[in-house]
Amino acid sequence: MPDRATHIALLVAVAAAITWALRALPFAILAPMRDSIVVRYLSTHMPLGVMAMLAIYTLRGHTDGSARQTLWLAIAVALTSVLHWTRSRALLSILVGTATYVTLMSLWP
Amino acid sequence: MSVTAPIGLAFIPLGVALGLLVVHAGLDWWWAPVFAAVIYAGSLEFLIVGLAATAAPVSAVALTSFIVNSRHAFYALSFPLGRVRGVLGKLYSTYTLSDEAYAVAVGPGAAHWSSRAILMMQAALQGLWVTGAALGGLLGEALPIERLRGLDFALTALFVVLAIDAYRQRPDRVTALSAVGCAVLAWLVVPGQLLVCAFAAFTVVLLARLAYERHADA
Repeated sequence: MPDRATHIALLVAVAAAITWALRALPFAILAPMRDSIVVRYLSTHMPLGVMAMLAIYTLRGHTDGSARQTLWLAIAVALTSVLHWTRSRALLSILVGTATYVTLMSLWP
Repeated sequence: MSVTAPIGLAFIPLGVALGLLVVHAGLDWWWAPVFAAVIYAGSLEFLIVGLAATAAPVSAVALTSFIVNSRHAFYALSFPLGRVRGVLGKLYSTYTLSDEAYAVAVGPGAAHWSSRAILMMQAALQGLWVTGAALGGLLGEALPIERLRGLDFALTALFVVLAIDAYRQRPDRVTALSAVGCAVLAWLVVPGQLLVCAFAAFTVVLLARLAYERHADA
């Protein structure tokens, strides 16, 4: 399907352009404002906030509303968090959390 | 280069995960290295997989890209772009200014790096990321991966891990709780526009908090 490929290529181009703009333009616009209290405050608090919101945003795709699937999701999220909190090995946490969820979903969907 | 090596090694398996998800979502495997090379923003690429597979509108991708990568805007405050020479060098350096490249470049090990060393580090990271994604795509083609259910949980796990890392760097419970609160509230009220509404609400909360703290200080 050439239409589908064209659309995906367009999406990739848009994502790349916005990402580059966010990386390059601030050197001209934001860097002169590095002493601004507002800019510094946002820059220290944004990363944690954005990551936490994205984690919740991605949960939405998993839940079909059934109690069992929600339980598997809760177990996998808890396991990933505890593992990363105690071991801080990013790959290990992601791998074990995902493997657990896939296993639970395959055995008891 | 010793600081780059461990990060680069983590790029291969994570890139493989991206490649697997691309195939799992029903896209051609070669989209994985294309996403990796052209977008080159890890967490956004993982999100684009789902958006591309469902033929999401351009506006949705634009908004998502803006929110996910808004944090990069603040890297300009401290990334040593002044040491990178030439227009082409600066263009490439900003294009590939990923979280990891930023972390290495502002780290103590890179305090005296030349233009060439900074660019080489960025090229090495991008090269490894693209290689991992291509490997994952090919691996996904070879394995019956479509049958695995719930593989996209890797994306949730990735953000949980990144959030915990961000918390460790700046342990602030109020920030964490207000972000979670904004996201949950947006989920309940405007599930179709969760991300953009949560982001807007969170920004307002931060600004209000700053105003309150300055008022309390005065």
